[in-house]
Amino acid sequence: MNAREGEFTAATGGGPAGAADAGERNLAPGTQSPHAPTATQPAAGRALPHESARAQVAGTATYVDDIPEVRGTLHAAPILSTVAHGLLRGVDAEAARAMPGVRGVLFAEDIPGDPVLATFVHDEPVFARDKVEHVGQVIGLVVADTVMQARRAARAVQVDIEPLPAVLDVREAHAKQSYVLPPVTVRRGEPEQALAAARHQLQGQLEVGGQEHFYLEGQVAYAVPMEQDQWHVYSSTQHPAEVQHWVAHALGLENNAVTVECRRMGGGFGGKETQAGHMAVWAALAAHKLRRPVKLRLDRDDDFLVTGKRHPFAYDWEAGFDDTGRLTGLKVAMLANCGFSADLSGPVADRAIFHTDNAYYLGDVEIRSYRCKTNTQSHTAFRGFGGPQGVILIEAILGEIARHLGLDPLDVRKANLYGVEDRNVTHYRMKVEDNILDPLITQLEASSRYRERRAEIARWNAKSPVIKRGLAITPIKFGISFTATFFNQAGALVHVFTDGSVQVNHGGTEMGQGLHTKIMQVVADELGVPFERVRCTATETGKVPNASATAASSGTDLNGRAAQFAARNVRDNLAAFVAGLDGCGAGAVSFRGGQVISPKTTRGFDEVVKSAYANRIQLWSDGFYRTPKIHYDKVTLTGRPFYYFAYGAACSEVAIDTLTGENRVLAVDILHDVGTSLNPAIDLGQIEGGFIQGIGWLTTEQLVWNDKGLLATHAPSTYKIPTAGDLPPHFQVRLWHEGNREDNVGGSKAVGEPPFMLAISVWEALRDAVAAARGDGLAPLVAPATAENVLRSLHG
Amino acid sequence: MHSQTIRFIRRGELVSLGNVPPARTLLEVLREDLGCTGTKEGCGEGDCGACTVVLGEAVDGRLQYRAVNSCIKLAHSVDGLAVWTVEDLAGPDGTLHPAQEAMVRCHGSQCGFCTPGFVMSLFGVYQNYVCQGKPVTRELAQSALSGNLCRCTGYRPILDAAVEMAAVPKVGVDEAKVLAQLAQLRGSHEAAGYMAPDSLDELLSLRAAHPDAQVVAGCTDVGLWVTKQHREFAQVLDVTRARELRRIEQHPSHIVIGAAVSLSDAYDALVQDRPQLRSFAERFAGLPVRNAGTLGGNVANGSPIGDSMPLLIARGARIVLLRQGGQRELPLEDFYTGYRRNVLAPDELVGSVLVPRPQPGELLRAYKISKRFEDDISAVCLVIRMELEAGRVASIGIGAGGVAATPVRARQAEAALLGQPWTEDTARAAAEALRAEFQPISDMRASAAYRQQVLGNLVQRFWLESQGARGINLERIAIGEVAA
Repeated sequence: MNAREGEFTAATGGGPAGAADAGERNLAPGTQSPHAPTATQPAAGRALPHESARAQVAGTATYVDDIPEVRGTLHAAPILSTVAHGLLRGVDAEAARAMPGVRGVLFAEDIPGDPVLATFVHDEPVFARDKVEHVGQVIGLVVADTVMQARRAARAVQVDIEPLPAVLDVREAHAKQSYVLPPVTVRRGEPEQALAAARHQLQGQLEVGGQEHFYLEGQVAYAVPMEQDQWHVYSSTQHPAEVQHWVAHALGLENNAVTVECRRMGGGFGGKETQAGHMAVWAALAAHKLRRPVKLRLDRDDDFLVTGKRHPFAYDWEAGFDDTGRLTGLKVAMLANCGFSADLSGPVADRAIFHTDNAYYLGDVEIRSYRCKTNTQSHTAFRGFGGPQGVILIEAILGEIARHLGLDPLDVRKANLYGVEDRNVTHYRMKVEDNILDPLITQLEASSRYRERRAEIARWNAKSPVIKRGLAITPIKFGISFTATFFNQAGALVHVFTDGSVQVNHGGTEMGQGLHTKIMQVVADELGVPFERVRCTATETGKVPNASATAASSGTDLNGRAAQFAARNVRDNLAAFVAGLDGCGAGAVSFRGGQVISPKTTRGFDEVVKSAYANRIQLWSDGFYRTPKIHYDKVTLTGRPFYYFAYGAACSEVAIDTLTGENRVLAVDILHDVGTSLNPAIDLGQIEGGFIQGIGWLTTEQLVWNDKGLLATHAPSTYKIPTAGDLPPHFQVRLWHEGNREDNVGGSKAVGEPPFMLAISVWEALRDAVAAARGDGLAPLVAPATAENVLRSLHG
Repeated sequence: MHSQTIRFIRRGELVSLGNVPPARTLLEVLREDLGCTGTKEGCGEGDCGACTVVLGEAVDGRLQYRAVNSCIKLAHSVDGLAVWTVEDLAGPDGTLHPAQEAMVRCHGSQCGFCTPGFVMSLFGVYQNYVCQGKPVTRELAQSALSGNLCRCTGYRPILDAAVEMAAVPKVGVDEAKVLAQLAQLRGSHEAAGYMAPDSLDELLSLRAAHPDAQVVAGCTDVGLWVTKQHREFAQVLDVTRARELRRIEQHPSHIVIGAAVSLSDAYDALVQDRPQLRSFAERFAGLPVRNAGTLGGNVANGSPIGDSMPLLIARGARIVLLRQGGQRELPLEDFYTGYRRNVLAPDELVGSVLVPRPQPGELLRAYKISKRFEDDISAVCLVIRMELEAGRVASIGIGAGGVAATPVRARQAEAALLGQPWTEDTARAAAEALRAEFQPISDMRASAAYRQQVLGNLVQRFWLESQGARGINLERIAIGEVAA
């Protein structure tokens, strides 16, 4: 059903004439836009613009802070701990209460329900009580007439804390067995014997930093009390159902008293999965105490101090391998810096274990995972969800092995790839059934001229005293599905109105990734109507209940199928109706191009809808989907946690300055697998955007906590995400040509997270350049590769 | 003419606002007072660009357009100007402006939160380039969008949109009408607590009469005292309107840059004299900050990590301080007495900066080391100016930032060079002298050890460049240059 556009390509650097097939951006003036209704063409497979694009560019797309405020709305600001670890002996809010506009101050004793958040592990207080566990932990709120009054007064609250020793370093936490959750070990075969018997052995350590989400829209929630102790909460959240549950839990109410709504987020990236729940609970508690609507919009500095980041990791590893660099034994200890509470650290650390293989067969292996407790923000979901921290380790190890043996790292990587007929079972006992790694990497190797460029770069480096270049190809194989199997379900509602227009609502949330657009495309095609007849409405717990987080790249897979099923139910009703009119079988009635076609008659969709309504046919339906085939034992971490894998590979070239450590990404070629694309423009946006975000994680985005545990990189002035100038001068993305081998919506594959990890090719290329500069086969580079870290890696 | 209210032109109409506190920001006025929520707050410190708006000002009978950050712009500072926000671009029938249409066509918005800011930066480019018949290149777009952060797209589609917008049917501003409206608003602005006189005499007399008033120019740092430190000011004295301070004067031996000249215009003048400074100039913050901030403000603020001062010190710039009925002039490095402290008396203001023009044979290089190339603050800034006579160092100026409590002149390193033959050994000795001269701190930007090491390494880079080495600085490296 999908009119796939063959190999969709975008290239940068060519200007308007350079990329003739990149969607529609090279239309000559006056050419008809392909956005004009084209009733005969299916919607899926087309590079349609984001459903909100026209509103977003005009400034009319509404985010939570833009919603017209209900009369009497107050504003809250958090009171933060200034100490990383200590006993909370008391608070004095008198000065704050006396300040202009202040309407109230609240602390833990003002919580009518459970003072502990309804997280999985139930270990995180709503407001700090008795003790504080990181700088920035929220102790209470000040509520005032205006935002600035609340923020000023929050700083005037005197907090009396008796400092205790703080654990700030993940290795120190591990040494003290300071954990938020018990360690987990995954083991196959006899790695000790394999290591001992290996022809070559290497061991090493690695440190990889965390990452701030830096969604452009900061955390925000707006809680409005309604009649009869009901609550309407506007939340910038990836998980409205969880926000609903947390708010009800904190207010001591049943879930049915709380409705949570999210039309869109200004970016999420995992940072608005659990973290949005905190904002909503705080706003609701303030609204509950003051009996007024309350909005909580965090200042960016507070957002940095309060909310969790991507988990920083530290590793110890030992590898045994043969002369070709093929691994024969591996032992890994991975230390996840979880911060002060569990949050999602269990599943994040699990996914790091799952992805320690990346694209490679590990053989005899042991992975020990430690979920370390430190006195920092509680680290949380972030695009990739532990996957990047697993993948970077194995890529680092294979790079080390190649340099140790004097082999091309790509040859070592290829020697270790999963096989198709054998060597095809993961360390968690899942058979890899859809492996396209070898043909995909081979195609990229050729199209990027990898071998020639390696030789060119080696010659160039020999003549270049200051600047050294590096090149690397790394692949990705990323497991798609929530590892918690029960999350892999979704619901949707499709309404056809009497004029033939269509509304779809589903449990997923829109954070910019184009989910609503793709789902509108799927629904349009299911009903055979033009894309323009379909609208998607705000995600709301009262419409589709108990929805899973929009996370794990699964938004389209789950909700798209649910919406497709809902639309199919309506279509079936209409087909049966038409079949009755025309005396044919319902299966003979088809829907396309805005028409309903039976063997006897062709009618307009609107006309059929109108008569069906008059004949009391149901024009709306729900749809429900649950992912098949998956199962998984969470004690042994074995089974089939993933429905399928998404694949890709990237070839990246970089340059480093050996005087300063400054570095640049010069050229990137990507070949990535999205199955049959539902929307090539949106998929391209996810690949490019994810990749650049990955470059940020591994180069300029450095989180620095000082020796008191204060996060010193607290805002964009000090925390540097990529800018337009960091876009590689050559940046070409191509889509792999095959559909998903599993039965997934439209033959597509999930795309949100996998491309992020392709940026590891940049980091490996930097290590290649470092090794070229050093000349001793070593590249002791950590992540992120800031200028300082690169310079340090060149010496010692 | 004095006005008690803030008056500006928007959508062709006069907007008039009374009783606005002096420290209220333009963004607060737009979102909270006028209910225009299209403009977003991303960071509240002028570093993300989500709040970008475009200001129009009558300059020499023409409209000059500048994209600025509304989150750190004091609302009173737009009195007498025209203001465009993202809501103001589409036609009455909803037809999108070319900047907006191009963003849609190129898939330049995903979450959409940074989008209004990008659209406004693009609108600034549209007015200043497309409408002037000048091409929009990818390089220009990268520079013009350097102050706008996007976390979703990876920027490629947005840069495409910048190029694409020229291909959309043209839409212009009715400049004659806006100019006529602005002419009605000309004059000083003095509301309760906010004084913005349009003459130097008036400015200096207000300075003398209100020594405690917070002096502001472009407010790109003071704005953060408001948004982040929550400071309120009883009185603000805005120097940017005094016409005498808005001039750049070209003299045979030097140029005089008035204290109210924007960083954009000031750096344009400096780059005109020394084209090698272009990339250094473009790395000063992002364009919206350069459009709002002033060279005088950067100098008076005296941050040890401000990038103008090392350049000016290396070039032997002098600073002119003004008071009612008098003035004094001193070398810039002597202006600073400690961390953010200077010799300015309570009745004085920075009037201008005098920058000597390049001498024949002058070798000048400005190096900025930061985590990110664009829109970042220096870990280390080093500017070296050298003149050689018969192979010996005849004149030397070295300015450094990020290595001490103030911007500084590296006198010991200069001493190690002056009169010496310019050889690799001399360069090595100068590098060691420079490393020994300062004891930088460790902070979130870099460690002390890195700063010290890089100081010396930059002298080595200067040596290599003085010997004709090319392609050894990634700041302005071209792929062809590397790949050749």
